[in-house]
Amino acid sequence: MSVARPSHLLLIAVFFAAGIFIATFADAAWLRHQRGSATEQNRALVTQLQLTDLCLFTEARYTRHLSQADLHSAFQDHPLGLEKFPTGSLVAPPAHLIAAHERLDRQAAIPD
Amino acid sequence: MNAWIAKQQYLIDFTLSSLARRKAKNLGLLIVYTLIVFLLASVMLFTHALRHEAAHVLDGAPEVVLQRMVAGRHDLIPPGYLERLGRIRGVQNKEGRLWGYYYDPVVKANYTFMVPNREPVPAGTLVVGAALAKARGLAVGNVISFRSYSGKLFGFSVARILSPDTELVSADLVLLNEGDFRNFFEIAPGYFTDIALSVANPQEVRNVATKLAQQFPDSRPILRDEILRTYESIFNWREGIVLALASLAILAFAIFAWEKASGLSAEEKREIGILKAIGWETGDVIKMKFWEGALVSLAAFVFGYVLAYLHVFHTSAMLFTPVLKGWAVLYPHFDLPPVIDGFQVATLFFFTVFPYAAATLVPIWRAAITDPDSVMR
Amino acid sequence: MIELTDIRKAFNQGRENEFHALGGIDLQLPAQRVTALRGPSGSGKTTLLSIIGCLSRPTSGRVRLKGQDISGLPERFLTDIRRQTFGFVFQQFNLIKGLSALENVMLPAYPLGGDWRELHEKAQRLLGDLRLSHRREARVEWLSGGEQQRVAIARALINDPEIIIADEPTANLDTALSMEFMAILEKLSASGKTVILTSHDPLVVDSSIVHQVVDMRDGRVVRQDTTRNTMESPA
Repeated sequence: MSVARPSHLLLIAVFFAAGIFIATFADAAWLRHQRGSATEQNRALVTQLQLTDLCLFTEARYTRHLSQADLHSAFQDHPLGLEKFPTGSLVAPPAHLIAAHERLDRQAAIPD
Repeated sequence: MNAWIAKQQYLIDFTLSSLARRKAKNLGLLIVYTLIVFLLASVMLFTHALRHEAAHVLDGAPEVVLQRMVAGRHDLIPPGYLERLGRIRGVQNKEGRLWGYYYDPVVKANYTFMVPNREPVPAGTLVVGAALAKARGLAVGNVISFRSYSGKLFGFSVARILSPDTELVSADLVLLNEGDFRNFFEIAPGYFTDIALSVANPQEVRNVATKLAQQFPDSRPILRDEILRTYESIFNWREGIVLALASLAILAFAIFAWEKASGLSAEEKREIGILKAIGWETGDVIKMKFWEGALVSLAAFVFGYVLAYLHVFHTSAMLFTPVLKGWAVLYPHFDLPPVIDGFQVATLFFFTVFPYAAATLVPIWRAAITDPDSVMR
Repeated sequence: MIELTDIRKAFNQGRENEFHALGGIDLQLPAQRVTALRGPSGSGKTTLLSIIGCLSRPTSGRVRLKGQDISGLPERFLTDIRRQTFGFVFQQFNLIKGLSALENVMLPAYPLGGDWRELHEKAQRLLGDLRLSHRREARVEWLSGGEQQRVAIARALINDPEIIIADEPTANLDTALSMEFMAILEKLSASGKTVILTSHDPLVVDSSIVHQVVDMRDGRVVRQDTTRNTMESPA
């Protein structure tokens, strides 16, 4: 006689799920410990070089140094302006700008 | 109490057997639902950990940065400004910073050139960020040339590569000697990009900033508090990428809840009639459906959350990298220390589990109050 | 056992399509007997059966079960009485598709929350009594008509009801299976169950197992034969 009741299987599944859910928190604590040294290195570098920003975006100066952006550069027109996302992130730089750079690249011999 | 548990267990038995009947449909539903939780949880975990990391790391930034503005644009600090600063009380230390951008046509990347004030780099050599070194294929001892904006070619040898662990702040950095920097960008001695000030007493920072604004009307002080606030609000729900993801998820969820709420199939209605005819109360039918909603949404929440956790902290948010990179060539590789906000997890739980449970219950409520004799007709 | 006094049932009351299914029924249904409601379709026999089985309430009139007036009780209590007192065998069997025969049999006991092992064994025993042990794990839609009906009977018996209600039990069965059903019915009756069924199948209503036949037409009782088989009745 099989006594594999669906709700018993569920109970096992619930314990398992609760287990992995809790495991993520344990793992988080362990990883925090592991990665703490990188964070401290970053902080030391920030202090040493007097850095002001994270290097998350390197494409535009107002996103590379988010906090140092000019008053009138892009999305600083208004502190909550969303300019950079609808356009800056969804539209490629104008083709003629890239093309100009590419032509120059080919004309000038690049050493190294 | 035991009888109550036994009864719920029976209702769960029925719910599970009944879910198991339409495996493909219910599994599909669970996958879509898990995916929605996964997306929302990934954004949530990533942005929270990043904000936390930024707050901790940038706490070492200068208390005040003084930036000169000309016609609304950032301009060089002319000679004499540094000296005039000495008279402001509370300023412990002041340094002119030299930094700027350079577009490298070889890899089509933007670099940040910078002169370190505390540990000067010997003339003719560079210290470069790890991401940059990788993009250009540089190793210590290599020689690299940059064509300056005036067209002259400058050769440098790589003295050191910054630790890859620090890419989050240093991926695109090129550190060089002050003399080299001035020659390369043709900046005369005495000029600086901006001025970094350290203020010993945190209470004094605002006063110092006010004095700076009065004394240098053409300049703008940027406080460390402002920097921290900038990163505190980075990727909050207002920002495009989060908004786009969240609205997609909400849309998908709405479609899916509407499909559920828009009515039960004739088959399901008939089953409810049968259950009522053989002695189930309206309340039993509703409880049974409640368990269905609760189990499906709980499963989706746990799977979605755990997958999101693995995604953000064990694959370095692999799926977000292309989005965050944008058109940039250099992107830092970083492993965020997991910082999880329990309140945020609870909010996510509430907003994903409850609407679904409600969406399953509402139509059942309407169906369950039908007369049990409908099965006889 | 069950007394019906001036039972009337109207559908769609107050609307244009108002329709009186039952027009004043007075009936006594004795315990431990087999009663058949006979009549053409539309005669109101199924409506009457659903009122007897507490599946619906009469528009007016009284239903007394074992001396207790149950026509005015709220739904919760009706459900409770239905669960404890009646077992149903529907014309379409009304099994839950996709579930196994065993699960279908156990379903009426779920809201009671009793011991699972006992229930499981009881359901197996009932299926065994009805020669269905080998089919207990099969999904009900894979079973033949006769097997489905036997599952429905086992389900009707799981809560040990005093009264079995069967709506047109032989309508979907051939002669051999109908005979088999009558044999089961005889056993149930012999074990002391009260059986109330509707049928216009002569095989059922003319059978010696049926103690009482109530003839119905247009929502009224036209003839009540209570004198049959009194010799065989256990009372």
